[in-house]
Amino acid sequence: MNDRNPAISKGIDWSIVWIYIALVAIGLTAIFAATYKEGDPVFQSFLRFKTDYSKQFYFFVISLLLALFLLLTDSKFFTATANLLYAFGIFTLLLVFPFHSDIKGTQSIIKLGAFNFQPAEFCKVFVCLALAKYLSRPETEFSKTRSQLIAAGIALFPAVLAIMQSETGLALVYFSFFIVMYREGLPSGILVIGFSVAALIVATLILEKFTLAIILTAIAVLALYMMRRQAKRNRSVFLKVAFLWAVCVGIQLYAVPFVFKHVLKLYQVERIYSTVGKEVPSEYTEAHQKETATEVKKKDTDYNVRQSKIAIGSGQLFGKGLLKATQTRYDFVPEQRTDFIFCTIGEGFGFTGSFILLAIYLLLLFRIVTIAERQRSVFSRCYAYGVAAVFFFHIAINIAMTVGLAPVIGIPLPFISYGGTSLLTFTILLFILIRLDADRQMVLR
Amino acid sequence: MPVFNQSRSRIIRLIFLIAFVVIAAQLFYLQIVEGKYRQLAMDNAVYPKIIYPERGIIFDRKGKAILNNTIIYDLMVTPAEVKGIDTLDFCRMMSIDTADFKKRILEAKLKNTAVRPSVFKGLLTADLQAKFEENSWKYPGFYLVERPLRIYPFNAAAHILGYIKEADPKDIERSGNYYRMGDYIGKSGLEAYYEKVLMGQRGVQHLIKDNKNRLVGNYENGVFDTAAIAGRGLRTYIDIELQQLAEKLMTNKVGAVVALDPKTGGILTMVSGPNFNPNDLTGPDGSKNFSRMTLDVTGPMLNRAIAGLYEPGSTFKPLGALIALNEGVITPSYGFPCTGRYTLCGHGKPACTHSGGGHAANVRLSIANSCNSYYAHVYRLTVDNPKYGGVRKGYEVWRHYLNEFGLGVKLGVDLPGESTGRVYDGSVYDKENNGHWTSCTNLTLGIGQDKMGTTALQMANAMCIVANKGYYYTPHFVEKIDGENEADTALMSKFRIKHEVLTRIPDTAYRAVIEGMNDVVKFGTARIAQIPNIDVCAKTGTAENYTILDGHRIKLPNNSMFVCFAPKENPKIAVAVFVQNAGFGATWGGPIARIIIEKYLNDTLMKKSEADVDRISKANLMPAYFKRLQYKTDSARAYKWYNDYKDSTLIKRFLRLTTGVKPVEEKKPLPVKDMTRRQVLALLPDKKQFYRYCEFKLS
Repeated sequence: MNDRNPAISKGIDWSIVWIYIALVAIGLTAIFAATYKEGDPVFQSFLRFKTDYSKQFYFFVISLLLALFLLLTDSKFFTATANLLYAFGIFTLLLVFPFHSDIKGTQSIIKLGAFNFQPAEFCKVFVCLALAKYLSRPETEFSKTRSQLIAAGIALFPAVLAIMQSETGLALVYFSFFIVMYREGLPSGILVIGFSVAALIVATLILEKFTLAIILTAIAVLALYMMRRQAKRNRSVFLKVAFLWAVCVGIQLYAVPFVFKHVLKLYQVERIYSTVGKEVPSEYTEAHQKETATEVKKKDTDYNVRQSKIAIGSGQLFGKGLLKATQTRYDFVPEQRTDFIFCTIGEGFGFTGSFILLAIYLLLLFRIVTIAERQRSVFSRCYAYGVAAVFFFHIAINIAMTVGLAPVIGIPLPFISYGGTSLLTFTILLFILIRLDADRQMVLR
Repeated sequence: MPVFNQSRSRIIRLIFLIAFVVIAAQLFYLQIVEGKYRQLAMDNAVYPKIIYPERGIIFDRKGKAILNNTIIYDLMVTPAEVKGIDTLDFCRMMSIDTADFKKRILEAKLKNTAVRPSVFKGLLTADLQAKFEENSWKYPGFYLVERPLRIYPFNAAAHILGYIKEADPKDIERSGNYYRMGDYIGKSGLEAYYEKVLMGQRGVQHLIKDNKNRLVGNYENGVFDTAAIAGRGLRTYIDIELQQLAEKLMTNKVGAVVALDPKTGGILTMVSGPNFNPNDLTGPDGSKNFSRMTLDVTGPMLNRAIAGLYEPGSTFKPLGALIALNEGVITPSYGFPCTGRYTLCGHGKPACTHSGGGHAANVRLSIANSCNSYYAHVYRLTVDNPKYGGVRKGYEVWRHYLNEFGLGVKLGVDLPGESTGRVYDGSVYDKENNGHWTSCTNLTLGIGQDKMGTTALQMANAMCIVANKGYYYTPHFVEKIDGENEADTALMSKFRIKHEVLTRIPDTAYRAVIEGMNDVVKFGTARIAQIPNIDVCAKTGTAENYTILDGHRIKLPNNSMFVCFAPKENPKIAVAVFVQNAGFGATWGGPIARIIIEKYLNDTLMKKSEADVDRISKANLMPAYFKRLQYKTDSARAYKWYNDYKDSTLIKRFLRLTTGVKPVEEKKPLPVKDMTRRQVLALLPDKKQFYRYCEFKLS
């Protein structure tokens, strides 16, 4: 330990680094298990950049170099360039519109030689920095609604662009930045309202339209009855309840159907409904009739999730072993090296392995929160929360979708899914945090 | 400033924790609580391929394989790999047209997708297979797949050996779903009776398939695989050369031949005429031949040796004598003054071929001269025995004797479909005669007529009892099973029990009867059966028979019956020959039996016999009325088909053929309940029933 270069290693949180290396190693093993074919010369193909696991390994090497580079950077660089980088990120996102390549199902990728860039993916680093920068400005008073709106704008503007590029999944990630804002003083009420709206939307999916409307009305009437004394004293209580009722019923009767009919694609609607285990109502399929011809067959909608559940479920307590997982080895689960990589772990290593992986992730998140709380500068703290929020969203949604708890959204599992851009993005996110944390005694502006 | 929000870090951690706990709970549910996923994953990826064992081989008494396995080829195609072939050339080789080619390829695609192989043409003939193998390099995507097939190297013993066919849903249900669709199962003969032995034990190979259903390797290196265990061989008593000879003799004849070894009950040969080549039912034309034979009114698939009922006629007399002698109603020196007719019942029937004095002066002479009056009287003496007080009781005693001789009961031979035969109990006569009948009513039972019906096997077995002086072994084909286990021993045990059913009949009685039968050959009706240096004992029989055709009762030529055993001392073979509509017992039955005995005991044939083989095998004794019957049945079936399905394809032929003459079933058909038995039978293509009806002599 003594011979480490003190200039770099001073103040570095090694526990995070080890967790990082452990996760990438697990990821490499999982990709190997998912893509290895009988009779492959493992070492040869490893060295020759031919197979996915060797590619991922080389990306890991590049990531480490980048990490080293980031650790050598001055922390002030990040505060200084945060806004500039954000502008650059938005610029690349806009560049996508004229220059995107013809890759199936997405308009969010720019091809540069052999590499594919997905600005919507790595833009979250810049958003994270810019949001931290904005929140840490001495002149920002976050208790004011105006500041809150600006912060939300910074976080959600790339999301809007991503949606316009048909990358709804990636866009949703940007909503996770509300966790940062919450930590910085966003009223709890907003969180409560957020959860309530989410619950209302889920209820809309599960219940019949008019049943739900009647239930809401009943709740409103009951609330008025309970508060009849206050209502007598104060007319506005009555108005508030009426307003709330109107909003809820409006969302349920008009807003949700509107979004399902005109904003989302049919396959997305189908994925959402298959998560709650219901058929897509005919009014939505009719509204999307024009697209249906080009979309995948209806029966295949939940094929991914069904196969993924079979893979994970068949792992049982201890799993089938590294290369004995039939579901993942023989391609029953689509996208099993990228978005559905968790299946490989669930099938190969069972509940034990999955649980250990979850525990490692939880340890990582908690560690990041701990780090965040020990920062002197607001910038570092906000950035750390941003990182935690992005990781949390990816991990929770990705795993939840493989076990059938969330609709299928194409977002990767950090450090484990195959993919150069995502590995580099998460590495950069994490190592900027480590760099900032190394200078936790400094006050950065 | 933000310090007062520090408590929120705990809430954020709580949110993280809750999300993870929910996910972990779902994982716990999927992986630990819900057990179905393991099986679902297995169903996805593991394909249990069944390995079929080789079926057991059947050997004759000299160790020759008479039912063996061979391999035939299916032509397979993987449509996606068929590229750049000369379709026209290929079609010419396979003798199909291009439209047919396209249709078959399309069918293969629909059935198994373009990337997986399906059958293009099943069961290639040897000729096509050779042609294809020569040129296979020209046709990528096509290849041959082996398919095991049963083969009968001697082209003989079709009725004995039986055949296998794909198991039908009923078989599968009966086996408790052991068999699956596409499995083969023994359907008749020894193939059916010894199915459990011949079948062997299936093995399973677990293969891995991928998401496109392609097989990619062994599952877990085959630790769950089980090997197939080949079916075990059957060692039979059949003498295949004898069988071939007997089948040659029975060509173009309706009837049955059975030869038994009296010492073991082993069946040496069993022929049913008309016969067929068992290889016709396997191979490329199997199903075509099967349906052709099913619709043939001569019933080539019916095993008449065990299921064809014939009146034994005079061949029954030795048994009648033995019963009477044992009952003490006559002694070996008992004589009957026959004048050419039996007059004691008033109607002067039955008539007797002899009228000379003393032709029935004792048992021996009565057999030698086959005196009808004598045996009608002996029957009456037996059933009217005052000891039993009444004809009914006496008749039951007599019937019980017949059952002990194996008549009117199933013997339990190791073939399915054995007939009981016909020896009615008294109630049938009660019914027919309003309860008033005497020994005169059915006195022709004494000469093997009236309602009596026996199979050739039953008569051959009865001869064994006479030859053995009272005991027999259940007739059977299989001597032993290769690698016999406990279950096999249980299966075989019933064939190894000595049935001492009639050893209580005194030796003197047997002596008298056997000497009489010997005299039949020496001086009597069966002189044709004489073989130098072998003492043959025989009895001929001639039974009248009738059939009803087009509403008329037609008298058909007599059935020729012949039973015998040889040598007289220490008998080694007992034979029963029934030839339908052939005339006197001695004319056809005698020589056939003699040739069989000669072949079996001497292994060579006399010059005279060889000439006889030639003469007999060339003789066509197929009853002429079959032609008319075939036409009638076919047209009736066509008419019924037309009536039921409004499809005139079948009936057309008959309408054209008979311009001027109306088809047989022109008249509007009666509802079935109003039809007479005859009309119903005419509509039934079911041969078994039809035959039972045809051989039933209505008097």
